[in-house]
Amino acid sequence: MFDSLSSRLEGIVKRLRGKGRLTEADVDEMLKEIRTALLEADVNVGVVRNVVARIREQAIGARLSEALDPSQQVIKIVNAELTAMLGGETLKISYASRPPTVILMAGLQGSGKTTSSAKLARWFKSQGRQPLMVGADLQRPAAVEQLRTLGRQIDVPVFSEPGDPVSTARRGLEEARRLGRDVLIVDTAGRLSIDAELMEEVRQISQAVQPDYTFLVIDAMTGQDAVGVAEAFHAALAIDGVIMSKLDGDARGGAALSVKEVIGRPIAFASTGEKLNEFEQFHPDRMAGRILGMGDMLTLIEQAEQAFEKDQAEAAATKLMEGEFTLDDFLEQMQALKKMGPLGNLMGMMPGMPKELKGAEIGDDQLKPVEAIIRSMTPLERRKPEIINGSRRNRIATGSGTTVGDVNRLVKQFGEMQKMMKRMGAMGGMGRPGKKGKKGKPGRGFPGLPPGMPGMPGMPGGGLPGMPPGMGSAPGGFPNFN
Amino acid sequence: MLWIYLVLIVAVLVFGFGVVLWNRRRAAVSSQAPSRPALPVRPPPEVLVGVPAPSAAVDDEVAIEDDALAEPELAVERPSFRSRMSKARSAFTGALLGIAGRTGITTDTWDDLEEALLRADVGVRVTDELLGGLRARVKAKEIIEPGQLLEALQAEMTSRLLGADRSLHFEPGEPDSPNVWLFVGVNGVGKTTTIGKVAALQHEAGVTVLMAAGDTFRAAAAEQLTTWAERSGAEIVRGNEGGDPSAVIFDAIERAGARGIQLVLADTAGRLHTKTNLMDELRKVRRVAAKGRGRVTEVLLVIDATTGQNGLTQAREFGSATEVTGVVLTKLDGSAKGGIVFAIETELGLPVKLVGLGETIGDLVPFDPREFVEALVSLD
Repeated sequence: MFDSLSSRLEGIVKRLRGKGRLTEADVDEMLKEIRTALLEADVNVGVVRNVVARIREQAIGARLSEALDPSQQVIKIVNAELTAMLGGETLKISYASRPPTVILMAGLQGSGKTTSSAKLARWFKSQGRQPLMVGADLQRPAAVEQLRTLGRQIDVPVFSEPGDPVSTARRGLEEARRLGRDVLIVDTAGRLSIDAELMEEVRQISQAVQPDYTFLVIDAMTGQDAVGVAEAFHAALAIDGVIMSKLDGDARGGAALSVKEVIGRPIAFASTGEKLNEFEQFHPDRMAGRILGMGDMLTLIEQAEQAFEKDQAEAAATKLMEGEFTLDDFLEQMQALKKMGPLGNLMGMMPGMPKELKGAEIGDDQLKPVEAIIRSMTPLERRKPEIINGSRRNRIATGSGTTVGDVNRLVKQFGEMQKMMKRMGAMGGMGRPGKKGKKGKPGRGFPGLPPGMPGMPGMPGGGLPGMPPGMGSAPGGFPNFN
Repeated sequence: MLWIYLVLIVAVLVFGFGVVLWNRRRAAVSSQAPSRPALPVRPPPEVLVGVPAPSAAVDDEVAIEDDALAEPELAVERPSFRSRMSKARSAFTGALLGIAGRTGITTDTWDDLEEALLRADVGVRVTDELLGGLRARVKAKEIIEPGQLLEALQAEMTSRLLGADRSLHFEPGEPDSPNVWLFVGVNGVGKTTTIGKVAALQHEAGVTVLMAAGDTFRAAAAEQLTTWAERSGAEIVRGNEGGDPSAVIFDAIERAGARGIQLVLADTAGRLHTKTNLMDELRKVRRVAAKGRGRVTEVLLVIDATTGQNGLTQAREFGSATEVTGVVLTKLDGSAKGGIVFAIETELGLPVKLVGLGETIGDLVPFDPREFVEALVSLD
């Protein structure tokens, strides 16, 4: 149900073709779509009002440039505005001259404080620090036990004692000094921002430990209320930064924008998975794209960099363009791709993937038959699939536990892909900014894909499948590709 | 040369998925093993009897009597939506007072109304629908006064929530065939806490309860549930951390059946609905729960009231994976308003059955659409 902003604007833009300048009426129409997109991303109503007003100012009378179509221009303006709003100063941790550097974690119940505490501790550890965690959540049953378990997993000690959270926190600080730990992370109980008594308690904890940094943990799925929560905690504790949790879901995360706008504190970290190492410093440009529903190319690329061997990848890509890509190469690249995590997630990160593909639940195991077929081929067959005749087909099918039809399809599709890639290679400028999208014929479909798989728009020569217009030139795009 | 990676990814994805999709079309692919580290061998579940658990022998007569007594009592002591949602209402009420204060219905009236609904997380689509209907009626001069407008809005919102079956299904049957209520949802919504409270309420109502600690992933989740079991007088079956949740729940159901326990409350690990492998794991849990001697009579999706528009996607995904029968809306006592339930109920037809209005056991109450809407849209 969530359409990306680019697809929302498409209809309007069609009518604008050929106009040299955006009129006020055009802009208003587009702004309405932008507003809806932001609201569906859970950006706070009040914040949306401000953003839209600012975008309006910039958009009206903006000269339409030759190179970009109006929607690209508008998206560029919106993206730039959101990035600017989300960004600004990034939080740089400076360590206390007299250790430990004290960090206080606060937030609503279930926002992910305990997990974030452990992830943060792990992050500090990776920075060469020696953290100690304090379990001051004495409210939720087994919360301290959870922290201890996580502490064991990352090899970080945990201090806690039953009784009063304030004195536990204070004793934790003493403990950190005694043990010579240089970072202290205090996990507190989740509390409602309207619960005066508990807000007072966390304020007392704050006074007791005098934190250098107070982080507010906010669930990426939070709706309009994010603003109220942030304001209340900020008033009580003076928040220094925000940790966005559960960003690995498909929530657009408009809360990030709202919170940043309202309390003016940066989003410092983002939690991007269940594993304790899935925690990173926040990237405002990516978040802007996400709120607008434009996929998350940079994360994708970053993951790819880790998964693929650079030289191998380059060699394979060259082969691909020259049409010399063999099934062996394919197998190798597929293994690398698997390291990047569940393939379904990758699909989600590709902007503009057709809905059918995005919606399809694709488990890694479903690629297994493909793998089995290729592995059942001889080296020669993998290099030259065209030599596969009837008897070879039978053998491969039997060997891989598939049918002759499956083998046929795979070989045929591989041939089609090779042809297509070769064509793309011949065109050159693959995926380079400024050249994309124009040569391809969007919506032409993808040769070699089975019938009923329409809409890999812009694939041939288009660089990336269905790259939303404007991505290449937008700040959140990939200006630094080459 | 970053584009190289993209070329490769695209090539592999496009080619690989082309084949996959083709195959999928021919035959529904059966689900896969979850990639969360599940032990290949089923761990022997360790059975703990909740400390103050009452005698597990079921006395049917007593149970029925207790049931009859406890029900109305709970209803009387129930906290009101309005008192608990009071803070939640303030923003809304402010806008509404503004509307009521104006003479006549102006553009500002509509703007205020729209903003109030959006602020309550009702969502753009439902808000447009609600206001569209009202606009037509104002145009037709059916509604003239701002007061009437608010009444009409309230009536319209209520009517959208009426007619659903909000009862928790419990089928008394053979003593060795327990009812199973399965709890699912994303991380941190309050599944374990909800189970604890439901257990306490059911125990109070004379139903014998056994908890299945199916969250084998989150550190100390089983400890948390054990604490609740002790508080509520329920028994608990737990497995090893990292064990197979299906196995734990299956064993819990078998054990409940063997001991004549009437109701199994099965906890599951929180998971984001976008994680295919974890959702497959949940599908398996759902299938396996129905395989033994138990009957799965409720699959309850727990949703945090602070959730925004993502709540609808959550409900859709969990709904299709586990045949969700109802929704539990937690943490409604904060400043959140839970407006997403309108979309969930009308678009997906999933009734909200329980609402969490506070931290104590008695604060988990049946959802009442009239009270809910009244708490949202009223002037006093």
